[in-house]
Amino acid sequence: MSPGLAGVAARLRALDARLYQIAFQATLLTIGVLARDFTLRWEQMALAFAAGLATQAFWTQRLGLQRAGVLSAVITCFGLSLLLRADSLWVHPLAACVALSAKFVIRVNGKHLFNPANLGVILGIGLLPGAWVSPGQWGNDLAYALWFVALGGIVTQRARRWDISWIFLACWLGLVALRVAWLGQSWAIWWHQLGSGALLLFAFFMISDPMTVPNRPSSRALYALAVALIAFAWQFVLFRPNALMWALFLATPLVPLLDRWRRGERFAWKTASSPAPDKGLRGPALG
Amino acid sequence: MSSAMSALARAGLIAASLSATPAAQAFCGFYVGRADASLFNETSQAIMVRDGTHTVISMQNDFQGDAKEFALVVPVPQVLKRDQINVGERRIFERIDAYSGPRLVEYFDPDPCARPMRDLAMKSQAAPAAAAPLGEARRERALGVTVEAQYTVGEYDIAILSAKESDGLETWLTQNGYRIPRGASKALAPYIRQNMKFFVARVNLAERAKTGLTWLRPLQFAFDSEKFMLPIRLGMVNAKGPQDLVIYVLTKNGRVETTNYRTVKLPANMDVPVYLKNAFPAFYKSLFDTQARRENLRAVFTEYVWDMNWCDPCAADPLSPDELRQAGVFWLGTPEAAAPPGSPPIAPPVNAFAPRRMPAPAAAGAQPVILTRLHVRYAPDTFPEDLMFQETKDRANFQARYVLRHAWKGDPDACPEARGYLDSVAQRQEKEAQTLASLTDWKIEDIRQKMNLTQPDRRNWWDGLWKQGSAK
Repeated sequence: MSPGLAGVAARLRALDARLYQIAFQATLLTIGVLARDFTLRWEQMALAFAAGLATQAFWTQRLGLQRAGVLSAVITCFGLSLLLRADSLWVHPLAACVALSAKFVIRVNGKHLFNPANLGVILGIGLLPGAWVSPGQWGNDLAYALWFVALGGIVTQRARRWDISWIFLACWLGLVALRVAWLGQSWAIWWHQLGSGALLLFAFFMISDPMTVPNRPSSRALYALAVALIAFAWQFVLFRPNALMWALFLATPLVPLLDRWRRGERFAWKTASSPAPDKGLRGPALG
Repeated sequence: MSSAMSALARAGLIAASLSATPAAQAFCGFYVGRADASLFNETSQAIMVRDGTHTVISMQNDFQGDAKEFALVVPVPQVLKRDQINVGERRIFERIDAYSGPRLVEYFDPDPCARPMRDLAMKSQAAPAAAAPLGEARRERALGVTVEAQYTVGEYDIAILSAKESDGLETWLTQNGYRIPRGASKALAPYIRQNMKFFVARVNLAERAKTGLTWLRPLQFAFDSEKFMLPIRLGMVNAKGPQDLVIYVLTKNGRVETTNYRTVKLPANMDVPVYLKNAFPAFYKSLFDTQARRENLRAVFTEYVWDMNWCDPCAADPLSPDELRQAGVFWLGTPEAAAPPGSPPIAPPVNAFAPRRMPAPAAAGAQPVILTRLHVRYAPDTFPEDLMFQETKDRANFQARYVLRHAWKGDPDACPEARGYLDSVAQRQEKEAQTLASLTDWKIEDIRQKMNLTQPDRRNWWDGLWKQGSAK
């Protein structure tokens, strides 16, 4: 690598990983709205952000927390805008409010339990009227771009716990490959699955949330395997839609169990002002 | 043409003058034409009715050729009993196609000199209508094929088969006179592995002669399945090129979309040049070709989503409860309850130009029926998997509707507003030409020529400054 590039890479690495994620999500949302005719209204997005950030501010003030975690709230709101679809205006803000409140209220051993965007999506498709998720919305053309950006992110963002993304993808695609081989289907089906935008988004930007996965690498691997197995059963045994979302939600209780079984170092976001992971945080580290 | 135009113009005036009455207010635009599914070659049509695991599929093939050659092989999740199979009426497909097809509507610009009239002109969007709805055996064993059941239904001989391996099944089908393409076994294998049965049908020529029909009627079957899917891969074995499939999905709760492919709404609700009034099918065909190509034959297109109690504008009357039941809508109750025999058609025939929003007959406690019309153009490499669906909770209506706006024709000097109006018409028509060129693969020069548009005139700022200025 040339010195110039190395310098750029080092500088990128020093940035908070969440800034990278926000940039990525904003790009995807723009592509989605402009080129993928998402049935997302700008009011829904605006309300999601307003409600999400207000919820975040409310809880940080009420609990007297110093670290605001605004970046994480922004990521959750982007996630909900990217995934959740509704025919009304109240679904998005409600989902954002519940998702971010759960982060402060439902905590085990100082870690929040649910992946906020996942919780918001499940609330929408499971309980709220007029809300749905369109897993096919990305199509398969976008997959190459997604792979490219995801790989780029991994190069620049080593700090993140990306291992879970790769283990999950390997497990899931392995299971799909076994099914294709067993049924004697065409391998084009496997490639079709590999190019699913929804799968890549889930693997690189949902299950990879370091705050809601087990702390130890070996536990994370087990967790990724469990999510892949549940998703596989959901999609190919029960034949129900939105398998990845439901699998992550259903596997969530495993995280504190795995953490209790095998202790590991808890994750903290490395921000620009604190180059080393700050272990001595006062109060809960909110991602 | 001119007499038709004047009839339309009269109808337009009537609608405008009646705009205080609820019916006329709710109506927006005249339905003037539609493009039906027969427009596309190699088109199959299927009606899918689904609620929970209950599924009814009706299949209408555009099979053209010797009836002896016809063979249908559909994987089904279980052995179907005789009562689960029916030969339906082709008319149901024609009705549902006509009701949900892409449509052209037209408006007439009001006289710009009559301002009060203009303000009266249609503002209100449609509101939903009232809620009321509307020796052999040994050889077979050697091949691993078991004939689970055999029926003759209508003009079809039907067998439900289970198979142990695909080569045996292919051999069995060939030996028994089913004309299936070579190499079908590869496509059959995955279904055998999933323990699915095969519904196979061919034409019983003697029975067919009795019906006296020259076409093949649709086959319908009802079953329970966890899978909300439509097998399309078998149909690709002998595909020569891209094929079209129009799927009418009838559900209770909301729009249906595919989960393993992108579902895209067709570009719709835009103004297009008025000359398309006589060329709508050609326009729609070119539009669909262009859009499908832009998506690289990788998308499923939504052409229509509507609660079947009503329509606005109506390309055809909504299906009556009886017709819906024939299509397989099983939650509509018994025929006696909803539509007594001999009851009049749900909408009395009306003036062809008048708006038709359907007051459906009151069937107490009837459930809603949402129709999603999906149109897929697929090729073997772009649709490697069968279509998997989900029912969303989305109840927003959508229709592939294209709008003609007829300009007011009058003297530019009739009133001060007239000239400004005519300028805006010229701009609008140029925009319509550009819209049409972008929707289809037609050349803009040809479109302008057909519209009798000259290149947009650059208007000088001083034109019309004094009233005697050039009046073009």
